[in-house]
Amino acid sequence: MYPPAFEYWSPKSLDEALTKIQELGHDGRVLAGGQSLIPMMKLRLAAPANLVDINNLTDLAYVRADNGHLAIGALARHADVVDNDHVKTISPTMASAAPWVADPLVRNRGTVAGSIAHCDPEGDWNSVMLAVGASVVATSTSGQRVIPIGEFVVDFFTNSLVEGEMVTEVRIPRPTGSAGGAYLKLERKIGDYATAAVATFLDLASDGTIANAGVALTAVASKNLKVVEAEQMLIGQTPSPELFADAAAVAAAACDPESDVRGPAEYKRAVINAYTKRGLAKALVQAQGGAS
Amino acid sequence: MTTTHDPITTFEVGGVGHSVLRKEDDRFVQGAGNYVDDIVLKGMLHMAILRSPVAHARILGIDASEAEAMEGVVAVVTGAMLEGYNLAWMPTLSGDTQAVLATDKVRYQGQEVAAVIATDPYIAKDALGAIFVDYEELEAITTPQQSLTTETLIRDEKEGQTDNVAYTWEAGDAAITDAAFAAAHRVVSLESHYPRSHPSPLETCGCVSDVNPITGQVTIYLTSQAPHAHRTLFALVAGLPEEKIRIISPDIGGGFGNKVPIYPGYVVATAASLVIGKPVKWVESRSENIISTGFGRDYHMTGSLALDENNRITGMRAAILSDQGAFFADAQPTKFKAGLFHICTGSYDFGAAHVTAKGAFTNKAPGGVAYRCSFRVTEASYLIERLADKAAHEIGMDPAEFRELNFIKKEQFPYHSPTGFVYDSGDYHGAMTLAKEMIDYDGWREKQRDQDPNGKLIGIGIASFTEVVGAGPSKDYDIVGLKMFDSAELRVHPTGKAILKLGVKSQGQGHETTFAQIVAEELGIAANDIKVIEGDTDNTPYGLGTYASRSTPVGGAATAMVARKLREKARKLAAHLLEASEDDLEWEVGKFSVKGSPESFVTIQDIAFAAYTNHPEGMEAGLEGVHYYDPPNMTYPFGTYIVVVEVDQDDGTWEVVDMVAVDDCGVRINPMIVDGQITGGLTEGFAKANMQWISFDDAGNCIGSNFMDYLVPTAWETPRFKLGETVTPSPHHPIGAKGVGESATVGSPAAYVNAVVDALWSRGVTNIDMPVLPHRVWGALNGVDVKP
Amino acid sequence: MKVTVTINGTAQTADIEPRKLLVDFIRTELGMTGTHIGCDTTSCGACTVLLDGTPIKSCTMFAASADGHEVQTVEGLKNGELHPLQVSFKQNHGLQCGFCTPGMMLVGKALLESNPSPTDDEVRWAISGNLCRCTGYTNIVKSIQAAGAAIEGN
Repeated sequence: MYPPAFEYWSPKSLDEALTKIQELGHDGRVLAGGQSLIPMMKLRLAAPANLVDINNLTDLAYVRADNGHLAIGALARHADVVDNDHVKTISPTMASAAPWVADPLVRNRGTVAGSIAHCDPEGDWNSVMLAVGASVVATSTSGQRVIPIGEFVVDFFTNSLVEGEMVTEVRIPRPTGSAGGAYLKLERKIGDYATAAVATFLDLASDGTIANAGVALTAVASKNLKVVEAEQMLIGQTPSPELFADAAAVAAAACDPESDVRGPAEYKRAVINAYTKRGLAKALVQAQGGAS
Repeated sequence: MTTTHDPITTFEVGGVGHSVLRKEDDRFVQGAGNYVDDIVLKGMLHMAILRSPVAHARILGIDASEAEAMEGVVAVVTGAMLEGYNLAWMPTLSGDTQAVLATDKVRYQGQEVAAVIATDPYIAKDALGAIFVDYEELEAITTPQQSLTTETLIRDEKEGQTDNVAYTWEAGDAAITDAAFAAAHRVVSLESHYPRSHPSPLETCGCVSDVNPITGQVTIYLTSQAPHAHRTLFALVAGLPEEKIRIISPDIGGGFGNKVPIYPGYVVATAASLVIGKPVKWVESRSENIISTGFGRDYHMTGSLALDENNRITGMRAAILSDQGAFFADAQPTKFKAGLFHICTGSYDFGAAHVTAKGAFTNKAPGGVAYRCSFRVTEASYLIERLADKAAHEIGMDPAEFRELNFIKKEQFPYHSPTGFVYDSGDYHGAMTLAKEMIDYDGWREKQRDQDPNGKLIGIGIASFTEVVGAGPSKDYDIVGLKMFDSAELRVHPTGKAILKLGVKSQGQGHETTFAQIVAEELGIAANDIKVIEGDTDNTPYGLGTYASRSTPVGGAATAMVARKLREKARKLAAHLLEASEDDLEWEVGKFSVKGSPESFVTIQDIAFAAYTNHPEGMEAGLEGVHYYDPPNMTYPFGTYIVVVEVDQDDGTWEVVDMVAVDDCGVRINPMIVDGQITGGLTEGFAKANMQWISFDDAGNCIGSNFMDYLVPTAWETPRFKLGETVTPSPHHPIGAKGVGESATVGSPAAYVNAVVDALWSRGVTNIDMPVLPHRVWGALNGVDVKP
Repeated sequence: MKVTVTINGTAQTADIEPRKLLVDFIRTELGMTGTHIGCDTTSCGACTVLLDGTPIKSCTMFAASADGHEVQTVEGLKNGELHPLQVSFKQNHGLQCGFCTPGMMLVGKALLESNPSPTDDEVRWAISGNLCRCTGYTNIVKSIQAAGAAIEGN
């Protein structure tokens, strides 16, 4: 299959890229890994007039532990966060999700930031980011702003970037206590999008109670869904199977899946319920110092 | 590697029973294979096809003027233009006619409507967007049940067609079967849909058509499993002289039945090349491959077994409603409208069976190809093996024991089945015994009894299949009138090296190696000294091609027979060289010697040299021959597969935790290749049982039209298999081989499904149709109707 | 636009449309047809090449983005004699129709560089972005493991 024609820009610096993005406005699109965009173009579901290829901005290909957070640059590939020590230390949820994004070859090319900006409700990363309270750094010629992930993910394939902006970094806050997390994904085969998936995150206070919690869901709403009610139920409580079961029930009730060839809504809710319970249990074991 | 056949040749000669490394691999591992899309001819143009976005609509008009005006576009072809050449319709392999480019109506989503010929494939694709078709949508008929009751006539163009019935057919004896059911102690029934699936070889279909405007020579490089048959069909469809058509089927990237039919794209590309006078390449995209080319299965089946008070099967009824799509295009012998479905009595000994079948037109792609299968034997095997399992569970008997009680016994062969097959040989108890032992069947049953009912549920599934392959005897088997013999031509050169040419066509099965080994076995010429040529109609003898596991049973037999013909001539030459009488000579691999004086011998190489340099007066020079082999019977490979699964009650996923496949395909020519065929087949069987299917929404939109939605398992999901073998030679095949390419695809699906149902039987689950998707398992466990 | 890509160690320059996919650049501009196309959706891996040593799907990358980079295709595996992977795929019957084979070998090569003796599961995981319809994967896994052992043994 053959993509439609476009004009191609290949800036050599971030400034040059931002200038071009500003200049092209709605007629331009950023090409990072291209693992979602190029297939859409080949199927003629997308036909951008201009592509601004940022693959030469190698300065943005970082995964590093900054003050208080994990920083992932715009050109970091999915593979860069698989089995990465910074990721494992700071964000167990992210470490758990990383091997299950797409397939190994797609992970070598696709970028974390690009996937986050794509806002596909079946994408994995935004659930992780919502669960751990990440933020997105949007940069334009006029400066930078840091957007909490909850505000960044607007809806079905829609983010809150404005004209001229691109995502240059994603930040995941360092847990304050002893943390654990998991990403449990039901996929029919490697490379499949999730039928349903649950990102969980627990940050324990020194007394063993839950200081912070995250629960977010994939592929069961028009966007990745942060289940605030479930998180609030968990925070301040002593972890227990009963508590997790209650939170799972809330998550299952909060989602709004569609019935399709991957199963009826009722089934997907049942999976969300089961996986939320399992995910919280796994996160707890890890937070308490056991193997995840 | 184990083999129970002791080779009579040395490994260096590489005859039957040796795992000779494949001769074809040197080019493949270096990226030097030559597939259709690799072919580039001077001045070659590129074709892209515009397809219907809707399932059923009248075409009111096509405006291609904008596309025609685009730079790089050479022509836009429509059905109206083809009508001028009498090419708008073409015959199918089941005697129906199929639209090449739609003229009156489109009858399925993805149907060919127009084609762009351009200088570049990117431009051809662009131009498709500049063709505007005015459709008047009609009711889409998406199920065969709906098809039989609706007023809407799908094939309104077809003279005499007043309903949507594609065919009706029956086999067996209704009266005897009625009597068996009337006397039955118990009747076990099953309704099941074997879903629409697609072979999806990794290489899609395509061609490069090259019609020489000066000489009229037509050369078509084609993804073809049956190049000779395709040449004849091209001659008939296009009215071209057959000797001027040359089909070259180069390296084929997998076929599995998908490359048996002739597709509209081939015809349009050839017509375009004829009119334009330049070569035209057409290679499908994956989506085009899945939505428009030959699908497999799509059988709605109802089956019943009659049982006596001793748990013996006494009769079987089966009724089929098949979803044919818009044209009846099954690739199958003319005589058998439901393929070889009537083999559905399987491995069991009983005297009464009756099968009825009805095919319905629907607004879906045509096909009905034998997807890694011998003409619907897969559906047949699935039905009987599910029924046998269900019967055992309903009786409360162990499913292995129930099978053993009802198997045809070793001493009953040749066995006459109630629907007219004569099974050549078998030892079903032997395969079952080995399979049970290899997997520790009793151990797994014990674990199942002791399991935690709240944890993952263990299920054990068995399938003891009987296949029928090697079509076939010409009295019963033909494809569009062409009898299903096959051929081999063998020429031994003066230095004792040989060229073998065949009418069959490898798509990855390793013919270049296996068939050389048969010659090595028969003549003692090293397999590595024998070049095997296939897939070029100008340079190979006529044959029906490779599908339905027929290459070894028919083409392999032809190879053995032609080698034996040459050996007889070699005997005469040897007598001349040794100055002995022919009767005084004896043959051992690679040489003739004088009886009683073994030091007095000549090798096959000596003889070959003499055939060109020192042949006796009155004898024709040379050492070559041809053999057209008409098999006396089909061959009947069999085996027992046992699968152990664990089912997750929360999400309905299931995992194969152990699996044993015992296959008996008669004599194994190359054990390494045989094991490879079985492993591949087990994987495709798993794919169908677990994930792989094509469904449609109510409007006839194809769901599962690319590899994101049509799921093909990766190495990660694929189970780990243990293989076992028994060897029961075919008594009528020259070397006792039976064919193996499809056994595992035919036999294994029922084993997987039986395992999952076995795990859930105590929860009241008696059936889940394929693919056994997690949500279906969950729905069955929780009593929720989750269709589809 | 002009792009220069180093393919199997040789710089290759061509004037192409920006939309030209890397796989088409390799197959049609350079005439190296060992890299195959099996799907439209980045699912099958028949088009796998090594981009600066890392396996990627060349159907999902523009040739323009490869400007200035190194690409290795199956044609570059043989270096005088067959690469151990080529030998082991043949010896272990790791291929049937041969269509997926170039991709499988290149993924294997990248895997063995970081993990010379991978387990069965590690190989399966590594090749899970590549589809094979013929072999059922068992012998592909064996081939990659055997090549690792052969390389280690040298």
